[in-house]
Amino acid sequence: MSTVALSPPAAETKVERPGKLVLFLRYLRRNKGLAIGVLILLCLVAFTVIGLLTINPKHAYPLSVAAKKPPSLKYPFGTDFFGRDLYAAMVVGMWQTAAIGLLAGGIGTLIGVVLGFMSAYFGSWTDATIRTICQVLTPIPVLLIQVVIAGSLDKRDVTILTMAFIVVLLAWMGPTLVIRSQVLTMKERQFVSVAKLSGVSDMGIIFKEILPNLLPFIAAAFVAQVFAAVFAAFYLAVLGLGPLREPLLGNIIWAAQSQGAFFNGWWWWPIIPSIAMILILGSLALINMGLDELANPRVRRTE
Amino acid sequence: MNLKLVAKRLIFLVVVIWAASTIVFFIPRLSGRNALRERFGELARTGGFSPADLEKIIASMQQQFGLDRPLYEQYWTYLGNILRLDFGYSLYRYPTTVTELIAQSLPWTIGLLLVTTILAFVIGNLLGAVAAWPRAPGWMRGIATPFILLTGVPPVIMGILLLFFVGFRWKLLPLGGAYSVGTVPTFSIGFILDLLKHQILPGLALVLGSVGGWVLSMRGMGVTIQGEDYVNFAEHKGLTGGRIFRDYYLRNAMLPQITGLALALGSVVTSAIIVEGLFGLPGIGTMLNLAIRSNDFPTIYGIVLFITIAVAVLMTAVEFLYPLLDPRVRNS
Repeated sequence: MSTVALSPPAAETKVERPGKLVLFLRYLRRNKGLAIGVLILLCLVAFTVIGLLTINPKHAYPLSVAAKKPPSLKYPFGTDFFGRDLYAAMVVGMWQTAAIGLLAGGIGTLIGVVLGFMSAYFGSWTDATIRTICQVLTPIPVLLIQVVIAGSLDKRDVTILTMAFIVVLLAWMGPTLVIRSQVLTMKERQFVSVAKLSGVSDMGIIFKEILPNLLPFIAAAFVAQVFAAVFAAFYLAVLGLGPLREPLLGNIIWAAQSQGAFFNGWWWWPIIPSIAMILILGSLALINMGLDELANPRVRRTE
Repeated sequence: MNLKLVAKRLIFLVVVIWAASTIVFFIPRLSGRNALRERFGELARTGGFSPADLEKIIASMQQQFGLDRPLYEQYWTYLGNILRLDFGYSLYRYPTTVTELIAQSLPWTIGLLLVTTILAFVIGNLLGAVAAWPRAPGWMRGIATPFILLTGVPPVIMGILLLFFVGFRWKLLPLGGAYSVGTVPTFSIGFILDLLKHQILPGLALVLGSVGGWVLSMRGMGVTIQGEDYVNFAEHKGLTGGRIFRDYYLRNAMLPQITGLALALGSVVTSAIIVEGLFGLPGIGTMLNLAIRSNDFPTIYGIVLFITIAVAVLMTAVEFLYPLLDPRVRNS
């Protein structure tokens, strides 16, 4: 306050509110985890986009190039037992991982937001039903039920889309409970009561008053969902339940494992998709933590 | 804890088990695959018996498994079987029952899980508590950071990296299996050492893969506890730093972590069985891997259900233990 009083009035007119992007960049400087996570993610996106423009996508599939070649100038990541160029496979695999993650994460968050709102807003039996279902499903190890679903399908029917679908089926409980608890606390705040008294409709309150305030939580829930979806799809694929022909990262590791890659000295085959997976999951984990800090200031570190 | 609450928790446990069993019963039937026909069709191609014989065999097997009866009757019998932990026969290793298969591999999985979970929990919570403790020296707080970075690395990938560096590159430890090929299991010191040597890498993969999560949540807990009145009070009483850390700070921050342990059980178990499969240890994970590879559906479903029931029971047990640890819960 004192600085404002000290500055001449002429300067005050020049002060502009910095744009949202500038504010976000400034925030990133304080929230280092989020910054590093976003940076890695941007690099991965760049890798995939540039890759998709330069590779021959056919080389990501079996019998397209010379087999079992270690990394070289021609094949920067080497080729595998089945004659896939692992560089092409990484590009296509990352793209597929992103597709599964965004699709499953998006749908899961959407279901979570709708159910969470219904649960918190309508209360009574709607709330009781949704809450009970979530509570009953939570102790069940979701990944194992996904194993049952994926295992019951004919291997030829499993595609990237079905993977996303399998993940979504059991992945909406988390966001539902998070959104529900947040809406519950918001409902009691004064600005909502004021809006209600001044005759704003239920929908108006939801979309104009509550939803904008929930955006950080929804963003955090979305990233958590994408993380969970990528993780689940990876685990299913590592177990040999993915679309076997596709160069999904987990599938490549599964194939390398089945062919005894380390025993035979083809070390690059499982290592390259592993590193790619670490980068993907690591960046998502960092972003998730960073957003949590943004949404719950209580977690913010005391400097 | 009063009786009403105990009854409520037990009923909830039964509902969870019922829900899981129902999902596992109906999903395969929705997919419309006939596991028996697929299995015996495979055998017929390699074994060379006639299609007519095949039909007879399938019909008699279906009768034996009760698959010719109406669905509700099958469901009813199935629920009864689950209560007796009877998961039917393995298709691949018929006539071994799935329960027998699980019983054989269970000790391996329990051993690995118990040791790694306790290690990860203790190490992670101590590191997390120190990381959030303002009076701890800087280097001590710094130790936690690399472990936090590990949270993004799933145990399976940790296992692959360990296999690569320790097993393949430096040749320090074996590349998998439960004991060296050619040795006969005996109760000799040499064999036990060999056995332990094969458990180090999978164990390390699980500990390193899960310790970061505990560090993170404990650090979060620690930060919120610092402002509490009882910590301030202890400080004003002039207690030593170590005493405050142990009795006031760690003890109270620990309690929610125990609930966290119950919640994390499901994912811990899942990670353990997948890592087990990676290293080819003879536990439930390898059993599941083999079952998936050979389309042995009853074994897949049996293992999934067994683990689900085990996790649900353990979670309930932790909740019953909780009041013993936390006087605040006991009194309310």
